[in-house]
Amino acid sequence: MKETLDQWHFVTAVYVLGVAGTLALVAWSWLSMKRAEKRRDEARKK
Amino acid sequence: MHGFANPARFLRIARALTAPLLAAGLVLAAAALVYGLFYAPAERLQGDTVRILFIHVPAAWLGMAGWSGIAVASFVEIVWRHPLAGIAARACAGPGAFFAALCLVSGSLWGRPAWGTWWVWDGRLTSMLVLLFLYFGYMALAGATSREGGSGRIVAIFGLVGAINIPIIHYSVIWWNSLHQPPSLGMGGSAMAGPFLGGLLVSTLGFTLIFGGVVLARMRALLAEIQAEARLRRKAFEG
Repeated sequence: MKETLDQWHFVTAVYVLGVAGTLALVAWSWLSMKRAEKRRDEARKK
Repeated sequence: MHGFANPARFLRIARALTAPLLAAGLVLAAAALVYGLFYAPAERLQGDTVRILFIHVPAAWLGMAGWSGIAVASFVEIVWRHPLAGIAARACAGPGAFFAALCLVSGSLWGRPAWGTWWVWDGRLTSMLVLLFLYFGYMALAGATSREGGSGRIVAIFGLVGAINIPIIHYSVIWWNSLHQPPSLGMGGSAMAGPFLGGLLVSTLGFTLIFGGVVLARMRALLAEIQAEARLRRKAFEG
């Protein structure tokens, strides 16, 4: 029996994972940078 | 190069570059992915799965570039004791691991319709998986040494030794039989058709700028954590 695969399912899965993962990476790195710099600035004021 | 060893000078440059790199990278990558998804033609043999190329190839390149960055920064840290080199190496690890993982997952999702299997234990796929495990090991070691106050030189040596895997990944498809195709892009030219090559170059540039912006953001975060820690420690001694 020949298996039939819809290629678009695989393409969509890769694009969703790639875009969501990249946006999450950018958001995490930006927010953790802002948090760390705020903590440093507060430590300087003390 | 030693001019950048000054954290204040580095921070001035990094503050000016972080947001523009991220913004330009996101715009270019988004444009390339829209092109790849909606405008690039289907390929004669691979059909629509060829669109995975626009994510898989940049992810593979950045997975390897991340460790190359770790190796270069580790070398600088060991030889010249450059104060920012260790921070740069640690900053490359997270985004490098992410792109190595994305390369493996997108490759697996491409392999199922193209090769009829999710995974084969051949040279290319196995050496890429080893790279991901090296990233995990590097991050665990770097985290442990910063928590326990251990020597950063051990982490740097690990970063240098792990670089042996990069040429293995690159040449694996030439040295050993593999389901994976040989390199389509090289210094001598490309075996890729124009509609794919242009989109791939834009996508690779976009993701590379994102990678650069994320590394700068991670370096700023790590530097700020060190500075806050040093400040609080000094206060504790004075008080």
